[in-house]
Amino acid sequence: MSKTISFVLNGRQRSVQVDDPEMPLLYALRNDLGLHGPRFGCGLAQCGACTVHVEGKAVRSCTFPVAQAAGAKLLTLEGLGTPERPHALQKAFIEEQAVQCGYCINGMIMQAAAFLQTNRRPTDSQIKEALADNLCRCGTHARIVRAVKRASESMA
Amino acid sequence: MLTDQISRRDFLKTSGALVVTYALAPKAANAAIDPNDLGPKTVAADRVDGFVAIDGKGVVTVYSGKVDLGTGTDTALTQIAAEELGVPMQRVKLVTGDTLLTPDQGPTFGSLTIQNGGVQIRQACATAREALLDRAAQKLGVSRSDLAVQDGWIRGNGKRVAYAELVGDRRLELKLDAKAPLKDPSDYTIVGKPVPRLDIPEKVTGRFTYMQDLKVKGMVHARVVRPPAMRATLENWSDAQCKQIPGYLGAVRKGSFLAVVAHDEWAAIKAASAIEARWSKWEGLPDKAKLWDHVRASRVAKDEVLQNAGDSAAALGAAPKLLKATYDFAVHTHGSIGPSCAVAEFKDGKLTAWSASQATHLLRKQLARMLDMSELNIRCLYVEGSGCYGRNGHEDAAADAALIAREVGRPVRVQWSRADEHGWDPKGPPTLIDYRGALDANGNVSAWESEAFIPERPGQIAVTLVAADLANLPKEASHPGNIHQGLAIPYAVPNIRASAHWLAETPFRPSWIRTPGRMQNSFGNECFLDELAAAAGADPFEYRVRNLKDPRGLELMERLRKLAAWTPRTAPAGDAGEIAKGRGVSYIKYELVRTYVGVVADVEVNRRTGKVRVERFFVAHDCGQIINPDGLRNQIDGNIIQTVSRTLIEDLQWNRSAVTSVDWQSYPILRFPEVPEIVIDLVDRPKERPWGAGEPTAAVVPSAIANAVYDAVGVRLRSVPFTPERVRAALKA
Ligand code: FES
Ligand code: FES
Repeated sequence: MSKTISFVLNGRQRSVQVDDPEMPLLYALRNDLGLHGPRFGCGLAQCGACTVHVEGKAVRSCTFPVAQAAGAKLLTLEGLGTPERPHALQKAFIEEQAVQCGYCINGMIMQAAAFLQTNRRPTDSQIKEALADNLCRCGTHARIVRAVKRASESMA
Repeated sequence: MLTDQISRRDFLKTSGALVVTYALAPKAANAAIDPNDLGPKTVAADRVDGFVAIDGKGVVTVYSGKVDLGTGTDTALTQIAAEELGVPMQRVKLVTGDTLLTPDQGPTFGSLTIQNGGVQIRQACATAREALLDRAAQKLGVSRSDLAVQDGWIRGNGKRVAYAELVGDRRLELKLDAKAPLKDPSDYTIVGKPVPRLDIPEKVTGRFTYMQDLKVKGMVHARVVRPPAMRATLENWSDAQCKQIPGYLGAVRKGSFLAVVAHDEWAAIKAASAIEARWSKWEGLPDKAKLWDHVRASRVAKDEVLQNAGDSAAALGAAPKLLKATYDFAVHTHGSIGPSCAVAEFKDGKLTAWSASQATHLLRKQLARMLDMSELNIRCLYVEGSGCYGRNGHEDAAADAALIAREVGRPVRVQWSRADEHGWDPKGPPTLIDYRGALDANGNVSAWESEAFIPERPGQIAVTLVAADLANLPKEASHPGNIHQGLAIPYAVPNIRASAHWLAETPFRPSWIRTPGRMQNSFGNECFLDELAAAAGADPFEYRVRNLKDPRGLELMERLRKLAAWTPRTAPAGDAGEIAKGRGVSYIKYELVRTYVGVVADVEVNRRTGKVRVERFFVAHDCGQIINPDGLRNQIDGNIIQTVSRTLIEDLQWNRSAVTSVDWQSYPILRFPEVPEIVIDLVDRPKERPWGAGEPTAAVVPSAIANAVYDAVGVRLRSVPFTPERVRAALKA
């Protein structure tokens, strides 16, 4: 009964066997493909911790059926950059030390990465609006805004 | 027990050889340091080798019972150890919260990691360094006073020897010397510097292994099926529907504890909703609308006077001016972004439990009791999870996993759902405080009385494990934390009586949320003091300063006054527009013995909607010697933002059976557009002892906001949270 679903993940062709095509993409990425970037926070599309890009758009993978990812281009935090070759946002988050526990940070960076595609020189309040549906409990918000701003400047 | 369609033998058959891949757990991987060569490592807290090992390559391993809850303490502890030993930070590895390897330094709570844990490690490192200097003197034939340590080398008179050579993979078999001389802070090159956090590069690139990422070979996934009413009992159940789900393995039931187990996580989630269960009815929660009547009517187990000076009753009776007020603080959840998670494995009669517990040693005790095992047969390991600000659900998830793992014979991972976390984490209990105060003819406070109604503290500081409760297994009573702290006041008032009515019951399993008690009690204290200042016609800033005798507190307040450019105010601004602006001040000396914090809040109140907006917080902070100023600022930001959220928004919802605010919509928290600007002035005192900073700032946030609202619109908000409805009602009254 199980079904194979293939997609391009972080630039590489990958596939997963699933019993239930309705299973959220998050579980395929974390459990079948062993990724740590996308995180489980609510499973309700309320917090943003699970954010990945599907065809360049920020998507909440905790409610996105894996079947819908078939044939799509997926990007996760791991594909954005590495400690050795960080993306401008990852670099800016390190420079601003914009992490406390870091559990929300995947969502912050992936949401911001999609946002910066549409607005290259955002103001602080535009950044805050863009991240308004991403929750952080540690209270790292001020640093996160500074990091996104810094990244946008470095990417200009 | 297991359901019949899959027997225990089948479970075991499919599991094969159980090899736990420790390498997946970073902490456990570090822990691989040599237990075989050297026999069991001591975890004694009075021995250097309890805390520190140096290997033949000069790598220093530090064993810390205190863990990093997302606050950056791993980096700070590494700084402390590297500094005191005189080695580069890259040469120091940290193993934390592993009951097999690390000393029991008490739970990671109370802002004590640096001040107690770090200071113990510093002393162990100093003892080691001194002993190594002795050995080096002998070996090199150079007098002690000619030797100096740098980068793990001891040098003098043109000769040198490395730590590695002196220790050579042997243990530092030394008693910890509480008098070993500490490095002079003026020679510090690592402590006091804004060293970048060690974990951040991995956390922003998806390489970090959180508890929720941990995989143990052969692991299966479980979900606990929670009763719809908190104390309902399980009457009947059937998993017939679950059997349709590919990957479903079976169910475990013990008393009212019911869990489903599956090969993969999604199957476990589906099984948890497919299982049919009949529960008894239970409606024992108090009516939320009458919570404070309920609290006031609860049986008092014990009264305790927490602060007593002069004769407050007589002074109140004689006073020309008397004030009374009641303050209350809602029930709150911890609200970690990542729900609790744990993995447990039984093998050869031994239990290993991985979790993000802030107290692995205490957890081990509780698991031993619940499962009727010897503590010696249990190992609890800390793996960092989502930010944890007190005793949340981590320990409960570990107990769930342990209970299930014992039945299924394979490593079991339990991931709590969002509803589990919001609904079942232990809560910050409701807090109610009555105040009475008197002014003398000069407007000074002549008497102060406070009475707090708070849940009692059993002997042991532990919180009941949900699994033990549901399964009717041996358990501890829930301790709410030291929630009486912060009721005593730091001001020079001649007649004071601060007391607690310890209540025998409270609606929800209580525990310590961030800044337990100090946050709620300081809310009442610092607001009521503001009321007295207003009644005296005094500027609230000046009023505090004039009643403070502590020179360090006074210095802090002067720095705050400058930072915020405070201008005196003796009555509300009274501007009539729709948006009214105000500022309020608040001060604390944490538990009257440590960290000082003073804040000024700038707020805007919308008279029409009742919405309070916090524009800005000015913070002056003195926690003695600062280990890492950037880490400290990060913590202060976190304290402010989290507590603004608590003050303005958060309020647990429930009906007579259960918590109903079980997601982020029904229990919202502060979002980016509402986050205030934060301006910080750090008082650094390198020659003083370091104190904690994970909590103190939170204590002064609610009162500063309330006092600012008064300054803006002239009304007192005495109930947290300050929702628009409450503000509108106060404005109308
Ligand atoms: S986990 Fe997907 S939005 Fe919260
Ligand atoms: S950094 Fe911990 S939740 Fe955002």
